Amino acid sequence: MIEVRNLTKRYGPKKAVDNISFTAEDGQVLGFLGPNGAGKSTTMNILTGYISSTEGEALINGVDILEDPIKAKSFIGYLPEMPPLYFDMTVNEYLDFVYSLKKCKMPKRSHLNEICEIVKLEDVRGRLIKNLSKGYKQRVGFAQALVGNPKVLILDEPTVGLDPKQIIEIRTLIKRLGRNHTVILSSHILPEVQAVCDRIVVINKGRIVANDNADSLARNLSADHKLVMQIEGADEDIKKILSSVTDVERVFVGRQIDEKVWEYHIEAKEGSDVRREIFRKLASRNYPILMMKSNELSLEEVFLKLTTGDEYGGAEKTEEKFDMLEKGGDK
Amino acid sequence: MGAILKREFAAYFKSPIGYVFIAISFLFSGAFFWLFTLSVGGTDVSMVFLGMFYVYMIFVPVLTMRLLADENKMRTDQLLLTAPIGLFRLVAGKFLAAYIVFLLGDIVMLSYGVVLSFFVSVNWPLILGNFTALALIGAVFVSSGLFVSALTESQMVAAVGSIALNVALALINVAASVIPVKFISDILKDISVFDRYSEFTTGIFSISGVVFFISVTAVFLFITVRVLERRRWA
Repeated sequence: MIEVRNLTKRYGPKKAVDNISFTAEDGQVLGFLGPNGAGKSTTMNILTGYISSTEGEALINGVDILEDPIKAKSFIGYLPEMPPLYFDMTVNEYLDFVYSLKKCKMPKRSHLNEICEIVKLEDVRGRLIKNLSKGYKQRVGFAQALVGNPKVLILDEPTVGLDPKQIIEIRTLIKRLGRNHTVILSSHILPEVQAVCDRIVVINKGRIVANDNADSLARNLSADHKLVMQIEGADEDIKKILSSVTDVERVFVGRQIDEKVWEYHIEAKEGSDVRREIFRKLASRNYPILMMKSNELSLEEVFLKLTTGDEYGGAEKTEEKFDMLEKGGDK
Repeated sequence: MGAILKREFAAYFKSPIGYVFIAISFLFSGAFFWLFTLSVGGTDVSMVFLGMFYVYMIFVPVLTMRLLADENKMRTDQLLLTAPIGLFRLVAGKFLAAYIVFLLGDIVMLSYGVVLSFFVSVNWPLILGNFTALALIGAVFVSSGLFVSALTESQMVAAVGSIALNVALALINVAASVIPVKFISDILKDISVFDRYSEFTTGIFSISGVVFFISVTAVFLFITVRVLERRRWA
């Protein structure tokens, strides 16, 4: 269990973390979501006692990390952004070292064997860490965090640099570990956090902008009622058809993709699903649908939505900027 | 502490550094022994011990440069500082690892007494006194090197910085002799590492010297801990 109360970290006049509070219960996976530089790593470094907070407190299983750091640290397994590996050691030597560094009491051989099995390191245990691939190094870092079976796992971007197959493996692993550990993981990838976490804390510029359980946050942020389509045919006519569909509130004609093909942005009532009716109506008029997808929000749009309640403004502005750049380039 | 000591000690012999340091110890002390003692047909080893002061002043930093600078650079300090272990134990483990390697090089000095004992009756208390002093000066240099290593991410900077610090420590007596204010020059004389050491080579076993070297080592280890502590609060 992790409790964070009014945590602030100041670097000179700049606040890297600004008065944040949240709680992660036992058996919960808490996702820390935010863009680069939002204060995710800083918060994690404070929780693990690597750096101190300027104000506020962090309790690990009820123990204040500043008051009794050694006891609090004994509850934590930490995988920093860059796995802390000694390149001159083999995987076995390294895990042995971490085992005695953390003063573990468990039977050593079986414990380390179990960890290597969990993170799939068996094949490389005798190899020097410097010769391992990035994915394996990340796994060794993960194994290190698991040594001593700590109650709390703090994982800073655990899937960065892994290939898609490994990402899926690590996510499955985190979900499994989440059943009997408290896990905090950070990420700047929204679907990843959605896939793994029970609770999501969204952080931006050092402040918490949302703190909700994953399902309801996902419901708020998802945009199934907003569609992007590419349809071939006369744009005015199609716009009329789309507007006539039940529950559709607004239709914009977007950029032209091809001769006779335009992009359309459709907004329907929240919670409605207009896709079937659109298909039927367009099919009856013989307008082929070339693409239809729900307008998923990018992380930037999520932040805009959470901070200003407006998810289109930012995106359009960015596009305008690109247009200007392109025009400038032509000259 | 044990875990760190073991890892660091092993690391010295995974890279050439441990071997190189011991080889340098053997080479220079052997050369001095031949040059100052055997070739002149004497039995006085004080010049050998005096020479080794300068050798260790320059080469102990090679031993210590990696200790904390590399942790800072490779971000492995995140593992050590978030492990349930106190900072003093961390620093002590690092210190002892380097110090044991130092002693492995230093121990060869005793063999010269053994060599002499084949020809003359050796003044063992003198040699042991000198050996103790050299072992203590080693502790001072290892701790000063560890301190400088904590300040930087670059091994090169750590090495050059600690050589400079050691030279400064050794030159305090020079400063003492040029400062006209008696009060200040007395104090400088008292804290002069070189004066304290050369006292031993003249055959005096000075208890205050022993206490002095141990104190200087303790001070360096203490401020190393403070450097690590302070970084957390930065």
